[in-house]
Amino acid sequence: MKPVTRARIADVAGRYPTKRAALLPALWAVQEEEGWVSAGDLEAVAHALELAPADAEGVASFYSLFHRSPPGRTVIDVCDNFVCQQNGAEALLEGLCRRLAIRPGDTTPDGRVTVRRQECIAACHQAPAVQVNLEFRGPVTDADALLREIA
Amino acid sequence: MSAFEPVLLRRAAVERGTELEVYERTGGYQALRKAIGALTPQQVMDEVSAANLRGRGGAGFPTGRKWSFLPKDAPLKYLAVNADESEPGTFNNRVLIDADPHLVIEGILLCCYAVGISEAYIYIRGENVQGARLLERAIAEARAKGYVGKRILRSGFSCQVHVFRGAGAYICGEETALLESIEGRRPQPRSRPPFPAVVGLFGKPTVINNVATLASVTDIVDRGADWFKSIGPATAPGTMLYCMSGHVRRPGVYERPMGTPLRELIEEHAGGIRDGKRLGFVIPGAAASTALVESEIDVAMDYDALREIGTELGAGGIIVMDESVCILKTLERFAKFFRHESCGKCVPCREGTVWQHRLLERLNTGLGGASDVATLKSISEQMNAKTLCALGSFAAAPQLGALRKFPEHFAAHAAGGCPLKVPAHA
Ligand SMILES: Cc1cc2nc3c(=O)[nH]c(=O)nc-3n(C[C@H](O)[C@H](O)[C@H](O)COP(=O)(O)O)c2cc1C
Ligand code: SF4
Repeated sequence: MKPVTRARIADVAGRYPTKRAALLPALWAVQEEEGWVSAGDLEAVAHALELAPADAEGVASFYSLFHRSPPGRTVIDVCDNFVCQQNGAEALLEGLCRRLAIRPGDTTPDGRVTVRRQECIAACHQAPAVQVNLEFRGPVTDADALLREIA
Repeated sequence: MSAFEPVLLRRAAVERGTELEVYERTGGYQALRKAIGALTPQQVMDEVSAANLRGRGGAGFPTGRKWSFLPKDAPLKYLAVNADESEPGTFNNRVLIDADPHLVIEGILLCCYAVGISEAYIYIRGENVQGARLLERAIAEARAKGYVGKRILRSGFSCQVHVFRGAGAYICGEETALLESIEGRRPQPRSRPPFPAVVGLFGKPTVINNVATLASVTDIVDRGADWFKSIGPATAPGTMLYCMSGHVRRPGVYERPMGTPLRELIEEHAGGIRDGKRLGFVIPGAAASTALVESEIDVAMDYDALREIGTELGAGGIIVMDESVCILKTLERFAKFFRHESCGKCVPCREGTVWQHRLLERLNTGLGGASDVATLKSISEQMNAKTLCALGSFAAAPQLGALRKFPEHFAAHAAGGCPLKVPAHA
């Protein structure tokens, strides 16, 4: 773990009425600095917040946004909920995955791109909606154009 | 179109409208100055009660009444601001925050002043990084100018405002799961009583309100309850941020008086059905509401009028579908969503959402029969209002509503075919 990550964890640990309340902020700090939340880093967070590692794991695993294995440098989240589905989300997913030769949820072998299915991201007016490293885009209908842009 | 002036989204088209300088120049923080300078906390609360503001998070609970439940003498109370917004079809919180973060913060400060709260947490869904950034920046600007922090505007009122990011879980929008999430526990709803107004965040009395509810407070204090009540129906005054999505020409958020007819929203504001098709059905209050058909769309879009016809306004997520869309496929996708998002704490919801999804899959792939329709009905009935939080009822309601309204579609699927000939995996 980088010193800056450690410092950010120490910083958030003192910000709330309980140490436990710093758990999500600390996990976000880890993900932002390290790119993902490894088992070792999760343990370090648990230690800093005086929680049992299994306890921290039980909370972290409830959420969908923490990467528990290294993601690609660009993470493309495609909303596949109803409104996006009705506006071409499946075709977009298929296009992305065919070009990258991966399946939804996977990362390209060169570690460049991860494509995930996501539940509704509150962008139904931009359907089919996408987040690229959590930045909103939409409507996105052209898989090739999106991939060229992030290349 | 009428000369209606937007309230919550009035700065959406203003250049640099999210910045403090522009906010102040266009009347911002006048309500807070007025409250602190000339009104007692009780007077602010009374004004909000008199305005009959109802919560925009979905249930439409009267905001002033909610605030009045908090003990007056508790030394420490919290406000948890709900910006989790994750129900399929809703996106107005995001648009509101993008347009005017200071309006939200001013509303938060007014609530805290009225209720005697010194600490507010804005819980924003983890995906909305942009919204969190805008709010953080707005809070920093407001703090630098003395609107947030200790001794606000040199008065005796102090209030800190924090942004707290979720991490991807729909259930965190349920108010007690939201509190658990902030506290660093698994975000599973709490059993009530005790209610959050008595035992809430970190065990202290807590108000939980949606961001759009709080943003509405700002102008109630600034312009008065009578002005607010001059917009929309007396039973649910003010403006509503209607989210229009699906097969309409101009999807987006339209701020209109509460009670605007659904037909007007679809045909005038959202531009009607696209691609020359006809209306199939409309889901008026996002995934948890019962679909409406063409003959019902003259309904006024407010809490009570929609309840009267057996559906819900929710948070205003209006999903419009053309005639080519199969209602059972729609229900299957929502069932999948609720199955994925059930927190698993109570059996009827944990098991029921799995069964609902499986049964609809069967019916949509031609493998189902009449007994599956009957099972779907009885399972949904067993989930309705028999769970710890409303997610169980949310999952049940659209199924029960559709079973009542579209029996011929269920019958056709049970006999092995979709009346619209929509393929199973379309
Ligand atoms: C499963 C579930 C999800 C919910 N999600 C949200 C949400 O994202 N935003 C919201 O404001 N309210 C949501 N609610 C309603 C909240 O529990 C609560 O009633 C609301 O935040 C109160 O705010 P209001 O009085 O200002 O409407 C949800 C409720 C349930 C049962
Ligand atoms: S109704 Fe569902 S989501 Fe709500 S507490 Fe029970 S299992 Fe969890």
